[in-house]
Amino acid sequence: MTSIPSCLLALAQAAAVPVAPLPAEPPQIAYAPVLDAEVETAPTQRALQPVRTATAFDEDGVQTGKPRLFKGGKLLLTNGISTVEGSSGGGIARWATIAGRQMPGGVGLSAHATAVELPDYGWRSYGVAVGFGDRLELSVSRADFDTRDVGAALGIGQGYTFNMDTFGAKLRVAGDVVYGASWLPQIAVGLEHKRSRDGALVRALGAADNESTDFTLSATKLVLARSVLVNATLRYTEANELGLLGFGTAAGAGYDLQFEGSLGYQLSRRAVVGAEYRSKPDNLGLGDDDWMDIFAAYALTDHLTLTAAYVDLGSIATFSDQRGGFLSAQVAF
Amino acid sequence: MLLTATASAVLMLLQQAPAEGTDWDAEFGVEVKERDPVTGEIPVEPYAQSNANAGATPYDSAGLARDFGGREGIARIAARTVDLSEADPRIAAIFAAHDMVRLKRTLGEQFCYLLGAGCDYSGRDMRTAHAEMGVTKADMNALVENLQTAMREAGVPFAAQNRLLAKLAPMSGQVVER
Ligand code: HEM
Repeated sequence: MTSIPSCLLALAQAAAVPVAPLPAEPPQIAYAPVLDAEVETAPTQRALQPVRTATAFDEDGVQTGKPRLFKGGKLLLTNGISTVEGSSGGGIARWATIAGRQMPGGVGLSAHATAVELPDYGWRSYGVAVGFGDRLELSVSRADFDTRDVGAALGIGQGYTFNMDTFGAKLRVAGDVVYGASWLPQIAVGLEHKRSRDGALVRALGAADNESTDFTLSATKLVLARSVLVNATLRYTEANELGLLGFGTAAGAGYDLQFEGSLGYQLSRRAVVGAEYRSKPDNLGLGDDDWMDIFAAYALTDHLTLTAAYVDLGSIATFSDQRGGFLSAQVAF
Repeated sequence: MLLTATASAVLMLLQQAPAEGTDWDAEFGVEVKERDPVTGEIPVEPYAQSNANAGATPYDSAGLARDFGGREGIARIAARTVDLSEADPRIAAIFAAHDMVRLKRTLGEQFCYLLGAGCDYSGRDMRTAHAEMGVTKADMNALVENLQTAMREAGVPFAAQNRLLAKLAPMSGQVVER
């Protein structure tokens, strides 16, 4: 027991000590070093984490904080396969999925290169997409469409190549492709702003414009009980051949509602086969046909997905029976 | 300033070292839970038992249960899923602080019940069982991958694997908190 006299003594001592040796701030807590020390065990680390490491695109809307870059976490193939327009989808149809392998609170990246070989044409496209959480996807892509001999036949020059840039945005508004109520698909709204780089030529072909914006509404769900992925997309568009041949017509034809559908069957975690259908307007009267494909996609690694497809693009610029092979590689983080 | 210093000096001097051998658990009101000598499980708060706690209606398909290797096969898959998850650096921390003996049993019962293999589920409902665990969607995906690994190792056909996942996936809303 500390006695009263010694306590008084301590007081006297404390009073006698000059102020100078005292630190400017009295030591806050005696065990501060313990708090500063590295926490050893994983469970403790987890317990000490803030309840939310947040971002602007998390489940519950706007938050602040540092996003997790390229940490991944998505189930294989649930980031979709880049479409010919650079969005996450099934190759030719846009899906409600978000590109990249990130989870809520994370940022992911996806890049692709696609080649389509047709009897009379060659298609090349490549692009990148950034995914913010499971919420927002922004994409940029370039398509080059080589007319080969047709170019000479049409009088625009042997091997004339049409080019188009597509700037896409997609926002998930509800649902989840895998989780949640089985009747509620992942639903997303989006747009694709397209710019044909052949303004003078597409106008000469009868198009009203060389740039325009498509608006999309997509619903996608993996029906686990059947191992089937179902997608349906409505696209409000005035694009001729996706926009390669410009938009609308000088005669006044404009926006139209089009449909994109995909059905996929999951063979394993890594493999899916399926078919797609995409309707297209024929405003220029060049016999612009609906597109179809049968595809097989394989996730070689968590980051690399290869897709091969047999595509039937019908007639393009009056040259019919454009059936051929589609090959695409996608890397995603 | 001087006053604070003085006061703290006095307090320091007044302090007394705790007696040797203090029972800190008792001091802080921590109850040490003993494992049941028979089942090896740590008792949980009482709750109303019901198959409804399993969170979904079961399949009625003998073929599906067979694909999973019957009751024993299902129990092995559940136990393997728990083992894989305990060893999975992405989610091990969540499992570390819980009773894996019980989880292997109740998870096995849940799968067995849902697959129509003739078990009753005796565990808690999903919301209660995962309350304040802070499970994320990424954790959920990790667990799904571990379950897929366990099912693949057991030779369960992929379409049958997905049928079990079809029952579990809609429960994510009760499990995932952030
Ligand atoms: C839909 C997905 C899930 C289902 C169907 C499920 C099922 C179950 C079941 C049946 C129990 C036993 C409840 C009891 O014994 O009363 C349980 C407990 C537990 N689950 Fe899950 N679970 C799911 C997701 C998760 C996830 C994603 C994690 C963490 C990564 C997790 C971690 C745990 C832990 C640690 C326990 C033990 C709780 C305790 O003993 O207090 N679960 N889960």
